[in-house]
Amino acid sequence: MQKFLTKRAIASGISLMILVVLVFFLSRLTGDPTDLYLPIDASLEARENFREIHGLNDPLIVQFGRYLGDLVTLDFGDSIRKSRPALEVVLEAFKWTLALALITIALVSFAAIVLGSLAAFNVGGVFDRIATFFSLIGASAPDFWIAIVAIVLFSVNLGWLPTSGTGTVWHWVLPIAVLFIRPFGLILQVVRGSMITALSSAYVKTARAKGVKPRPVIFVHGLRNGMLPVVTVIGDQAAGMLNGAVVVESIFGFPGVGKLMIDSILQRDFTVVLAAIMVTAFAIFLMNILIDIAYAVLDPRIRY
Amino acid sequence: MTDTSPLPVTPATAEKGRLRRFAGMLLADKPALVAAIFLLVVLLCAVFGPMLLDAVATKQNLRARNAPPFDPSLGWMAFLGADALGRPLLPRIIVAAQNTMMIAAGAVLASMAIGSCLGLIAGYSRGRWAQIIPRLADVIMSFPSLLLAVIVLYMLEPSAANIILVLAITRIPVYLRTARAEVLEIRERMFVQAARVMGASDARIVFRHILPVVLPTLLTIATLDFAFVMLAESSLSFLGIGIQAPEVTWGLMVSQGRPYLTSAWWLSFWPGLAIILTTLSLNLLSNWMRVALDPQQSWRLEIGGKKNG
Amino acid sequence: MADHLLEVRNLSVTFHTARGPVRAVRNVSWHLDRGEVLAILGESGSGKSVSASAIMDLIDCPPGEITSGELLFEGRDLLKMGREARRDINGKRIAMIFQDPLSHLNPVYTVGWQIEETMVIHGTPRATARRETVALLAKVGIPDPQHSAGKYPHQFSGGQRQRLMIAMALALRPDILIADEPTTALDVTVQAQILDLLEKLQEETGMGLLLITHDLGVVAEVADRVVVMNGGEIVEQGTAADVYANPQHPYTRKLIAAAPGKGEMPADRDRVEPLLSVTGLSKVYGGFTALQSADFELAEGETVAIVGESGSGKSTLAKCLLRLEEPTAGRAMYKGRDLFRLSPRELYQMRRDIQMVFQDPTQSLNPRMSVYDLVSEAWVIHPEILPRDRWRARVAELLEQVGLSPEHLHRYPHQFSGGQRQRIAIARALALEPRVIICDEAVSALDVSIQAQVIELLADLRRRLGLSYVFIAHDLPVVRDFADRVIVMQGGRIVEQGTVRQIFEAPRETYTKNLLAASLDPDPQVQAERRAARHAERVPA
Repeated sequence: MQKFLTKRAIASGISLMILVVLVFFLSRLTGDPTDLYLPIDASLEARENFREIHGLNDPLIVQFGRYLGDLVTLDFGDSIRKSRPALEVVLEAFKWTLALALITIALVSFAAIVLGSLAAFNVGGVFDRIATFFSLIGASAPDFWIAIVAIVLFSVNLGWLPTSGTGTVWHWVLPIAVLFIRPFGLILQVVRGSMITALSSAYVKTARAKGVKPRPVIFVHGLRNGMLPVVTVIGDQAAGMLNGAVVVESIFGFPGVGKLMIDSILQRDFTVVLAAIMVTAFAIFLMNILIDIAYAVLDPRIRY
Repeated sequence: MTDTSPLPVTPATAEKGRLRRFAGMLLADKPALVAAIFLLVVLLCAVFGPMLLDAVATKQNLRARNAPPFDPSLGWMAFLGADALGRPLLPRIIVAAQNTMMIAAGAVLASMAIGSCLGLIAGYSRGRWAQIIPRLADVIMSFPSLLLAVIVLYMLEPSAANIILVLAITRIPVYLRTARAEVLEIRERMFVQAARVMGASDARIVFRHILPVVLPTLLTIATLDFAFVMLAESSLSFLGIGIQAPEVTWGLMVSQGRPYLTSAWWLSFWPGLAIILTTLSLNLLSNWMRVALDPQQSWRLEIGGKKNG
Repeated sequence: MADHLLEVRNLSVTFHTARGPVRAVRNVSWHLDRGEVLAILGESGSGKSVSASAIMDLIDCPPGEITSGELLFEGRDLLKMGREARRDINGKRIAMIFQDPLSHLNPVYTVGWQIEETMVIHGTPRATARRETVALLAKVGIPDPQHSAGKYPHQFSGGQRQRLMIAMALALRPDILIADEPTTALDVTVQAQILDLLEKLQEETGMGLLLITHDLGVVAEVADRVVVMNGGEIVEQGTAADVYANPQHPYTRKLIAAAPGKGEMPADRDRVEPLLSVTGLSKVYGGFTALQSADFELAEGETVAIVGESGSGKSTLAKCLLRLEEPTAGRAMYKGRDLFRLSPRELYQMRRDIQMVFQDPTQSLNPRMSVYDLVSEAWVIHPEILPRDRWRARVAELLEQVGLSPEHLHRYPHQFSGGQRQRIAIARALALEPRVIICDEAVSALDVSIQAQVIELLADLRRRLGLSYVFIAHDLPVVRDFADRVIVMQGGRIVEQGTVRQIFEAPRETYTKNLLAASLDPDPQVQAERRAARHAERVPA
């Protein structure tokens, strides 16, 4: 198991490194770097000044070294817009995104696993057909569209829920609900497929021959085997949420890292963009490792 | 000495007319049939739309700003309403189909071609490349894809080509992994060993024996992937870092309608609906393909599929 | 008239499939009493497992449907009981073990937990169950039972896994044990041990044992009475000895006649110059030695059988000869050249001389290629053999040679039966006009009656075309009337080799003797004698 985990950790680590390098070179090599940091109409003097202060005239290698050094000491510079350390700004926003993603993925996982398993138990039955129908629609809908429709419906017309911001628990309902739908649809389909396979396997036959009751057959014998492929998908979706909650956050004015990134892009606050990219990538890297550990815990064939 | 055991039931005539067989299987799965028809309509819109309707779609009519739908007085073109500049929505949606489809198709074709090739090589060869290529896929997969899109589109400018590039790169691992996994498994199958024993060249084995088995899976994935890429492009355009005006895609139209949500909901609603229906159809079709293209499962569709399990 | 412990009366089961309703069993009736062993004998598709599945409530309805019949257990009809009552009986009064223990054990739970589960769900407190489990593991012969209970199924060998299933089934001392092909997936020597174990346990507990099998030898060894099934119907029943000595039904007669190893052994051949001479062949995978220094020769027109159980290295040997795997060391001299040192160009040419027939015809024929494509592919790869305009005629010739009709040119493999597919595979091998054919367990995946036909075909081709065979098999009886010489392998080494007579009548090595002893003779008399001899050895002097 050690070998399995280290191998996977190294692969993720390499990707993190490449991301780091890629970001650096893209930011230095695609035209004038000052374009990224300064407003478009900045004067030539201002640009020259900026270049001096930030050492942009030094050879690339030196800049790269400095960049890596800063990275290691977690010094991303200051946010140009907010005059605070970029990292601080990002971490503050990241808390919100993390909370949103974790709550949503927990709800999604629970609902999809239970409903998917029940659907698989009686394939083709009424429950199965309804579940499949809803999950297909859910998996097909763009979250931004659902968000808008939800706002119009629940906030504007019915006035039940607030449109944006945070504050009360009610502010969380719509963002979570919207973020919930697509992963739920996808994961339910995967759970269903995986459980159908698990429930038609030979060891389930043995369990029935032993006289095990239907519910333990599904949830004790079938589930643990059926979960193996599902865990990977849940991990993918959770990672997607960490970087893809962008849309939901933007629409609902949720102060998460996605919204921060978009705002910073539009306001050309590059230090924050850089910091946000790094923090998110690192979070995903950790998540992948967690998933690998979960996989190893669930499947003894990997451990031994 | 002749083998006297009776032949099983399937007559030789079942092998004729593969197209007819597929048509039959499509008819057996009503939702997939509807989906296929819908997608055909979308395809026609994408191909012929701009040719026929470009003028109508771009004609601004400031008297008809944000005109509500279902109002016959403005002519049937404005049946779904009009946008902030008075341009009728229905033809605009039809015209936007081309960009939306083209970007998605471009990304899917590119990633499928590259990903499958790499996957075939990684799965079949036994040398260095078999080790390096999967690592590459792992690395790309670990990238948060939207992040990557954001970076690239921030630093280069958002053009259709760049968007296709970014989306294609992020989807390569999907095809690569699947192709590789399938090839690894098929490579060990006895009929491949039999071909090697006869002295078949590697090329012959890959193209004659392995590829025909892998292709259906890849096509099924491509169909699903098309939907995913479409949604991704829509999200990017919605956020403002994808397609920029005056080019138009469905995602961009939804974004353009956002300021008028409360007063003119139809601006965002119809394009969004177009996206949903297309994605849904692709999902349904992909499910059908998964069963139809697998010789071991296709019987479920061949008799009208009652208990399909 | 005393009630039987278990009685099946007029059972009929139909499955509703995509291709129409299939009547799996028709009006099947049999009974089982305490302390006796009943065997249900049949080939694939005979419906032999269906009545057992019905008893255990394992038939999914739909698509299955029990159209008529009664299943009487201690006089009560199981079909009339509710699901709850049947679950109560399953595992406690009637238990079942299956063919492939690896897939029938849940891979993510420890074996101890799974055995305990049987007891716990029927009311035993967990602590008691735990103790019982350790005792059971010891009883079925699992080493270090305390520790083993905490291991997972994949950590055991095939034979051990079957023992685990037996332990699980016997946990609550059921009245009846149903064993569905329990030894089919196991090596011959392991099979002997498992059957022995089953017999011992059955004597101890006095339970009724229902054994489902396709192997006459198993019936001869274990069964008191036998029911022969074909096409969903019972064609004959009686005591094992009776049915063997006086088979009434033509199908039974066919089965008995097809039992391998009953014919004449070929006469010894004169020594000739060897066609193929292998010395020092070894294959090492990383730290594992699959094949160690094998030496043997094949003369022209000769058939050499290589017999060994799993892990013996016989398949590795075949693969190395064909360069499907690269040997680590050794030479194979064929026509004065070393097969292992040929350049790719020379290897390509050599392919015409040495061909292979694989074990599973379903897997060795590309399902997307027609018969014509499959056979003529040889000439696509080696165009110099035959001009294209002669292909169709030649394919037709080859099909006739293997006993198929030329009209089948355009059909696809899935439209043929298993035996027919193997014939197609043989036709494909012949297309290159080879001199040596390596048959890698070429008949192991076929039904017994079909096996005999295919072996006859191979013998016929040998006569007509002067072929030499390397025939790989996992047990001895099958090669007795077909091979000239036999090589016995174990654990990567050649243990013994000699003419057929030498091996069968005067084996020298212990392993060879064990292998012979473990081979089951279809004649119950013979088996009874062997069993008596074995028991005599066990009783202390």
